[in-house]
Amino acid sequence: MIAVLNRHISKVWMGAVFLFLYMPLFFMILFSFNDTRQDARFTGFSLRWYQALTNDSRIVDGFWLSVKIATVTGLLSATLGTFAAFVLVRYRRFPGRTIFSGMVNAPLVMPEVVIGLSLLLLMVGAQNFLGWPPRGMLTIIMGHTLLGMAYAMVVIQSRLMEMDRSIEEAAMDLGARPWQVFVLITLPSIAQAILAAFLLSFTLSFDDVVISEFLSGPGVNTLPQVIFGYARRGINPTIYAAATLLIITVTTVIIAYSVWVARQTRRREREIAAAMRAETAALS
Amino acid sequence: MAALRIPTPGRRFVISVPYVWLVVFFFLPFLILLYISFVDMGNDINPFKPIWDTQTGLLTLKYENYWSIFRREDGGALFDTIYIEAYVRSIWYALCTAALCLVIGYPFSYFIARAKPSVRPALLMMVMLPFWTSFLLRVYAWKGILADQGIVNQTLMWLGITSEPIFMLYTNVSMLVGMTYVYLPFMILPLYANLVKMDFRLLEAAYDLGASPFKAFWLVTVPLSKSGIVAGFMLVFIPSVGEFVIPSLLGGPENLMIGRVVWDEMFTSNNWPRATALAVVMIAFIVVPLAIYYHYTGESADERK
Repeated sequence: MIAVLNRHISKVWMGAVFLFLYMPLFFMILFSFNDTRQDARFTGFSLRWYQALTNDSRIVDGFWLSVKIATVTGLLSATLGTFAAFVLVRYRRFPGRTIFSGMVNAPLVMPEVVIGLSLLLLMVGAQNFLGWPPRGMLTIIMGHTLLGMAYAMVVIQSRLMEMDRSIEEAAMDLGARPWQVFVLITLPSIAQAILAAFLLSFTLSFDDVVISEFLSGPGVNTLPQVIFGYARRGINPTIYAAATLLIITVTTVIIAYSVWVARQTRRREREIAAAMRAETAALS
Repeated sequence: MAALRIPTPGRRFVISVPYVWLVVFFFLPFLILLYISFVDMGNDINPFKPIWDTQTGLLTLKYENYWSIFRREDGGALFDTIYIEAYVRSIWYALCTAALCLVIGYPFSYFIARAKPSVRPALLMMVMLPFWTSFLLRVYAWKGILADQGIVNQTLMWLGITSEPIFMLYTNVSMLVGMTYVYLPFMILPLYANLVKMDFRLLEAAYDLGASPFKAFWLVTVPLSKSGIVAGFMLVFIPSVGEFVIPSLLGGPENLMIGRVVWDEMFTSNNWPRATALAVVMIAFIVVPLAIYYHYTGESADERK
């Protein structure tokens, strides 16, 4: 009796939470096709907001700027995150290790407002002393990478910690140089985590408002900044259209990534099985 | 720990790349932040004065920026300032958000953890999927949903619960809905990771010994998931305190949060020293709960051994 009741409660609860999580997405997809500006009643199907979207140069420019910033941020974060994770996992002791791990993790818990403010002060100081860098794309990338690197490090660190060291040791015994071991053994085995770190920091950068607001200069507006500006002014279905396109893109990327991971895992399992068979054959 | 001895120069290079980056972009900005919080306000061109007196060359730390956070300039009671109010409000709403996430997320994580192993990854992915789509856009959507003529009010009126639309948008209700919505996955994931490892035979043992389901849940499941609860609570609480975007979009003018206050001091009042002092105090408010958190996680790690 209790078990039956339990099962129903669990279904109702899970359904309600999923409804809560997905309602805004469905809401935006539905009303992006509405043919009037209001968002209480669906009055008819139209693509006018998609047309408005492509004609809105602020949104289009912001989109391309955000893509550029997020791509560079993703690459930089994944690279620096790999370095940082490698240092933290493999180098057990070196002077300043405690400070290092503190500094890597700190951006994860710092309020974004504080990160944005302190980086702005750095940029202003640098401009006063060096006359560089101008506030804009470059400074936003620096800010996003500080945050992205911390997240990338966490993702790559957990993969590095569970990695099987024996293959690396075997390569070392066979005379590979450290950098060869890293490039030929370590990198391929953490490639999946590096890709995940890239995607995560790309998304963080593509989504960030606060740091960009602090670090952007006049006339430089990322897509989230443009949307934030519109959003404060009221309801604008053009944004629903942008959201719908984004939801479709993200869903596609995530599904593609999961399929890739699944295929990768299956291939590895097949290869390991084949190697085992070959070994048994050779031994018998 | 055998193996992988990278020669010292190579090793030094590997360490120095992220190290230098962090010193330049994290440590140095923090020092500048600290420095400006101890100097006088300047004028429009130079928003802050140097720490040394230009005439006498004497170094003086100005504590006024910190004093003015805790006490009004006309000398009111201690802690009776808009800044302290904003801090208390931010912490209060962050606590409310974390509590709401826990109440909604705990049963949910528990049900996922007890679902068939084959469907668990799909359920988790469904939790994560909205998280990967723009947080800003998802918050924005709530504006339309909670509006006076939005679907929530329409549904409530259709159900006959209310005859007139309830004013929800731009109040603390809409702000808490938005914050709970955004941070719910941060609660669900650590709780799930914890609950999925739980040995459910312990619950069966409790039932066999005559415990009611509620009692078994309260005395067995909840204590076992303590570290997951603490982790989830912290993951929600910490970013909520400094939240800037959600209160700006969904909160009302009376829900002034500390992130917004720092922003206004910086860009509206152009009072850099006070903005930085507010930021330093904010860090202190974050570090204290964090220290408690690390205390707890350290303890639970020992328990596992």
